[in-house]
Amino acid sequence: MNNTEMTQKSNNDYITNNHKYKVIVIGVSTGGIKALKTILSVLPSKFELSVIIVMHRHKDADGYLEQLLDNECKMRVKQADEKEEITAGVVYVAPPNYHLLIEDDGVFSMSVEGAVNYARPSVDVVFESAAEVYGKGLIGVVLTGANKDGSQGLKIIKEAGGLAIVQKPETSEVSDMPRAAIAAVKPDYVLPLEKIGPLLRKLESNG
Amino acid sequence: MDKTNENEKIEFDLILQAIYQKYGFDFRNYSKASIRRRIRYRLNQSNLKTISEMQHKLLYDRQFFGSLLLDLTINVTEMFRDPSFFKTLRKAVIPELKKQPFIKVWHAGCASGEEVYSTAILLKEEGLYESSLIYATDANDVVLDKAKSGIFSIDKMKDYTINYRKAGGLASFSDYYTARYDHAIMDNSLKKNIVFSNHNLVTDSVFGEMDIVMCRNVLIYFNRELQDRVFKLFRDSLRLGAFLCLGSKETVRFSSYSDNFENVAENEKIYRKNGECL
Repeated sequence: MNNTEMTQKSNNDYITNNHKYKVIVIGVSTGGIKALKTILSVLPSKFELSVIIVMHRHKDADGYLEQLLDNECKMRVKQADEKEEITAGVVYVAPPNYHLLIEDDGVFSMSVEGAVNYARPSVDVVFESAAEVYGKGLIGVVLTGANKDGSQGLKIIKEAGGLAIVQKPETSEVSDMPRAAIAAVKPDYVLPLEKIGPLLRKLESNG
Repeated sequence: MDKTNENEKIEFDLILQAIYQKYGFDFRNYSKASIRRRIRYRLNQSNLKTISEMQHKLLYDRQFFGSLLLDLTINVTEMFRDPSFFKTLRKAVIPELKKQPFIKVWHAGCASGEEVYSTAILLKEEGLYESSLIYATDANDVVLDKAKSGIFSIDKMKDYTINYRKAGGLASFSDYYTARYDHAIMDNSLKKNIVFSNHNLVTDSVFGEMDIVMCRNVLIYFNRELQDRVFKLFRDSLRLGAFLCLGSKETVRFSSYSDNFENVAENEKIYRKNGECL
């Protein structure tokens, strides 16, 4: 539970990172823990992109999700902190009961404005905000969930030149969220869970 | 796309400049992502096409500015938000306050007042209300009037009751309000020691000799520079050994005034002003 700890690496890491993609944003709801474990466990400890996760969960949730994922993954996993610099190689999880936003200078900010798509944090909110900052350097991923959150945000990611990946609905624990995303935007990839992690690795090295 | 983005960013900055010069509300050091989101929201609700059109409208139409102001100052709050915070407040802070003959509390950025009434209830249950004075301030008169009225939607009371119980409430939450049609009217006995007044954290100055400053989920909207200004304001408003309470994702630790505060409950963001007063 070191939620408030700041990461030491600076954002300048991105300047030396020649890869096309800088950040991956993942939106997920029901069935999320298993889905996230499957994807994240494939990524190496020195993965050169940042990963930002929005998972719908109870407003009073403790740090269990972060702890669990941190134990299961090679990458460092932590809850996003207010005004924290987004660093390569770290997985950030949106805190419960706040919307997560990204500022132009690559730090997180937060908001307690009302729920969007019945959710706070909302996937659409972080997707839209990330698209504005990272443009074509962004990869958006929509996974299992019983909601339509993320579909509008994924559309905005595509419009800003980013890449859209959606979990194959037939392989999703709950397919509403992937289906809504596919209805809103033509994704670049529609894949079963097991293939998403390897694709992200490939995009890291030859993106 | 990039050009549009660049121009749009200029338009956002200009609109904040216009608001400041015309109406005196200074949003220029707010976190930009949230402000842009709120301005876009108001744009979508209106029949205006661009942010520049909106700038013209807000300069000449005070009423329109009023609605934009409500959007820009996020006023979403609830009673006993983060029950574990209020539980810790009761356990770790109240015993210290009981040593004092008189208690001054400042709720800075209180919005529609839900947390102010939560604190009033807590003080009452701990036998401290009669010797307390609660200053509840906000920069927006519309929400301040709502706070003053103490009338809330009855629909919310179910959630608040759950929060109240989780926060270690000693009575029945319904003892504190009267239900009338679809409203809950807070008990007058909670209001009598609350002073509501207009205060803008961005531009106004200190409130003296406070025993607790509560400012939860306000600083998240400010950039680092503005956060520092407000931390200085709080430090200067608190007596030595007094308490500062922030929202669950806010911390004094990365500010320039970190050394002025020690942890009481870091997890719940409760701090205490220490002896060094520079």
